[in-house]
Amino acid sequence: MTAATELRAEQDRGRKAAQNREKWASVRTYVSAAVILFWCLAPAYWMVVTAFREVGYTYDTSLLPTHVTLDNFRTAFDTSFGNHFGQALLNSVFIGVTVTLISLVLGVFAAYALARLNFRFKYLVLGFILGASMFPGVALITPLFQLFTNIGWIGTYQALIIPNISFVLPLTVYTMTSFFREMPWELEEAARVDGCTQGQAFRRVIMPLAAPAIFTTAILAFISSWNEFLIASQLSNDQTQPVTVAIANFAGAQPQQIPYTAIMAAGTIVTIPLVILVLIFQRKIVAGLTAGAVK
Amino acid sequence: MKTPKFLLPVATAGVLALTLSACGGGGGTTAGADAEQGLDGRGPITYVQGKDNSNVVRPLIEKWNAAHPNEKVTFKEQTDQADQQHDDLVQNFQAKNANYDVVSVDVVWTAEFAAKGWLQPLKDKMKLDTSAMLKPTVDSASYKGTLYAAPQNSDGGILYYRKDLVPTAPKTWDEMMSMCSVATENNIGCFAGQYAKYEGLTVNTSEAINSAGGAVLNAEGKPSLNTPEAKAGLETLTKAYADGSIPKEAITFQEEQGRQAFQDGKLLFHRNWPYVYNLATTEGSSKVKDVLGMTALVGADGPGASSLGGHSAGMSVYSKNKATALDFLKFLTSEETQKFYATQGSLAPVLGALYDDQELVTKLPYLPVLKTSIENAVPRPVTPFYPAVTKAIQENAYAAIKGEKTVDAALSDMQKSIESASAGQ
Amino acid sequence: MATELGPTPVKEPASGGAPIHHGPKGVGEDNAIASQGKWASWLLAPTIFALAIVIVYPIITAIVMSFQKDAGLDPATGLFTEGGPAGFSNYTNWLFQQCAAPGGGTVACPPGTLGAQFWSATGTTFYFTIVTVTLETILGFWMAIIMARTFRGRSLVRAAVLVPWAIPTAVTAQLWLFIFAFEGIGNKLFNTTILWTGSEMPARWAVIIADTWKTTPFMALLILAGLQMIPAEVYEAAKVDGASAWQRFRMITLPLVKPALMVAILFRTLDALRMFDLPYILTEGSNNTTTLSILVVNQIRQGFNSAAALSTITFIIIFIVAFIFVRFLGANVVEQQTGAGKGKK
Repeated sequence: MTAATELRAEQDRGRKAAQNREKWASVRTYVSAAVILFWCLAPAYWMVVTAFREVGYTYDTSLLPTHVTLDNFRTAFDTSFGNHFGQALLNSVFIGVTVTLISLVLGVFAAYALARLNFRFKYLVLGFILGASMFPGVALITPLFQLFTNIGWIGTYQALIIPNISFVLPLTVYTMTSFFREMPWELEEAARVDGCTQGQAFRRVIMPLAAPAIFTTAILAFISSWNEFLIASQLSNDQTQPVTVAIANFAGAQPQQIPYTAIMAAGTIVTIPLVILVLIFQRKIVAGLTAGAVK
Repeated sequence: MKTPKFLLPVATAGVLALTLSACGGGGGTTAGADAEQGLDGRGPITYVQGKDNSNVVRPLIEKWNAAHPNEKVTFKEQTDQADQQHDDLVQNFQAKNANYDVVSVDVVWTAEFAAKGWLQPLKDKMKLDTSAMLKPTVDSASYKGTLYAAPQNSDGGILYYRKDLVPTAPKTWDEMMSMCSVATENNIGCFAGQYAKYEGLTVNTSEAINSAGGAVLNAEGKPSLNTPEAKAGLETLTKAYADGSIPKEAITFQEEQGRQAFQDGKLLFHRNWPYVYNLATTEGSSKVKDVLGMTALVGADGPGASSLGGHSAGMSVYSKNKATALDFLKFLTSEETQKFYATQGSLAPVLGALYDDQELVTKLPYLPVLKTSIENAVPRPVTPFYPAVTKAIQENAYAAIKGEKTVDAALSDMQKSIESASAGQ
Repeated sequence: MATELGPTPVKEPASGGAPIHHGPKGVGEDNAIASQGKWASWLLAPTIFALAIVIVYPIITAIVMSFQKDAGLDPATGLFTEGGPAGFSNYTNWLFQQCAAPGGGTVACPPGTLGAQFWSATGTTFYFTIVTVTLETILGFWMAIIMARTFRGRSLVRAAVLVPWAIPTAVTAQLWLFIFAFEGIGNKLFNTTILWTGSEMPARWAVIIADTWKTTPFMALLILAGLQMIPAEVYEAAKVDGASAWQRFRMITLPLVKPALMVAILFRTLDALRMFDLPYILTEGSNNTTTLSILVVNQIRQGFNSAAALSTITFIIIFIVAFIFVRFLGANVVEQQTGAGKGKK
């Protein structure tokens, strides 16, 4: 009897110790999460506070919002001085989505070939794709500008989309390739044996497993294109410029005055919807990709 | 398959590159020919300018378009950053873009663009009358004796000061430095201009050197920095920084940071552009609203030599409608337009007579001070190698002010750098 | 068909060359390889085409121009005239820091010219790269581990992590310029009077802090995707076997996340070596924060051909770094990682 109770007591202690460890682990997790939140959001908080501050008090350093006004947001969208911020937002979204979709598709194709197929010159191709990321972007602009001027593409959307795709492709290809390498291709083989075509097998078996990779690559591609400035500044015009160029075009009411508050307002406008979109779509996209997975 | 298919696009790209680079690519040698083209052309043109902060350009263009329905002007607006405006113009000129007819150039770019054969010389058939304009503005728009751009508006440095602490403005540099005791009593900085490593440093350094009677480039365009005057000029800055008359943080100041410090009451004297006047007297956070004094910059024994700012309007040699462009230039420099620049945009006019116009002086109380400033102004070094020259000045002046180099070494290195840059490769 | 997908991993040589195949040789095998090659060409063609037009064409143009001299000034007319062919002189001028001397020939570049900054810019670029990539990897890994755990508010953290990276660089740079101003919130919060953009160490660290804040999400996201691919059962099995948290990390997490981690580090390094926006806006390259890309931009204003030579030199430097990565540090994405504990290197 005593031996049994002792055993029970020891098991209880063991369980309690494990529960305590788990509680501590989860406390550590929450604390870490809080630190991450603070590190990421503190400067952004300053951006938002400044965005809501009156221009006359731009350099105020009070932490809490003071002299709150919506003027900066109005200034950002104001079109009377030729600012096209609203148009620029739409442009950025359009360019971003197009670049992401195309580079994802191309990236998946290329990654499939590189990870799955065997052919000569594979390393040469890999090296070539990587090499495209090695040349300083600043030096590419002048030749590209000349080329696009000669073929009359300045100020068109394709002049912005195609270079962006090329800048983003090496990353998408390499990311997808490294993930595809980890895929259980035997499952795809099995599905083919069961009667699926290669395409169906790929879609039903591999894609769901690669969902996190595809989603991540999509975000990386979108935000890279969102952030791109150098090419856009040279190859776009008033109608096609993305937000990065539009923000750089903000001007203060006086020459040499830098409109910090308007820039911060623009930054706020640009970031928050993006984050909300990602929040909403994260679950949907990943769920959509994993739907119909053959486990 | 023997040759991998993928090499085909690479090869195509290569051939494309070699062909296009053979066809394209500019040549200064054909500049003469371009300058003869299109002199009588009339038709729509495009006007290119940086950000129109104060909404002056659009009403002007509307006015022109109403009067010239067959020769309409389209406004192409660039960014607000001078560097990007410069690069945008360079890109388009190199590509021989015929769509940039009239371009607004910063005064320091005129020599560079003229030497590259991109600006139409405004002489003979394209002559423009500059007799009513302030001489320094015309000088800054000329290269090798020929006018290459029409001065549009001007800018000069102004010395702001605290009327409550210093009732009478200083007349010389030494006098200003002697007033620094007032600053120490009130626990604020004495003087600051713009000393971060950017174009503003070239402006301030040239001003210091010119105000002491020296010159960065001599009349032939060769550097002349190994002179006692240049040394005295640069030393005003280095000594003031070393003994704290110029506060240590001024080494990070561009125009906005200096304005902020002055508006917060942290500076006794401040060198900046006229735009500060409007903001310092109207912004809610400004502590110097009612005690703002303005005077001309100070030099060794009298008014200092301000750097000349401002813009000129140039005509592209690649334009097809140069006759229209010339008329547009005349429109931009007409008295009516110049007055509009001043009243609407607070931009200093280039016509000397306007500085005595009562209506303008009421609107812009600093006009008399600005006129003195511009009349005594010395343009920044007029040279086609301006980007290299300004870098040379910035690097060495920055090191000298921070005390990392002696003034002699800094000036000598500046001299050698400019010589090397102008040697042409 | 594909023989390397079976349980036996194929050791492929690290440098270019035909992969070694185990299995029956013969016509059937060759046909299989040939048809795979054909498949591969079609799949890869669009990618290679896009890269060829946008990247290869400008690079070739730039290289061609780098062998020309920049335009020189004709003293008689005061106009610029085409420089002739330059041979390798543009390159040697950069590498040996030689500048044109008045009267012909070259002389050691005096301080104040761009030519005198080549080696210091190279050093600065490497300094920034090593420090930022290290910091971002460590921070990113930590963030990814936290985000991979399940807890309430996880999606909030994942969305918040995106914020630094989603803000356009122009705004971020201005924001940090604002924060690092002498009278800015940075100094105020910590009660310091550091001249952030005024001297070398603070300026460098200002750039590093801003860049780390901005780009850690990139690393965190990639590593997180890698972590999510590790099946939970592997961890369970290890726990049952009595492995400690540290052992699980070392023997399971690290090897399995290595492919994603290596891609992230490789691309981040390539990007850091070409860093331009942040240092340019924060400090305009003063106080020893001039990177090679900033030097290129400054040189473009003074003479494009010489800038093209500098870009090509930068390209070669980056190529060498990438080569070292792939060859020796195992950033080879097509080497198959076969299960925990068996990872290569």
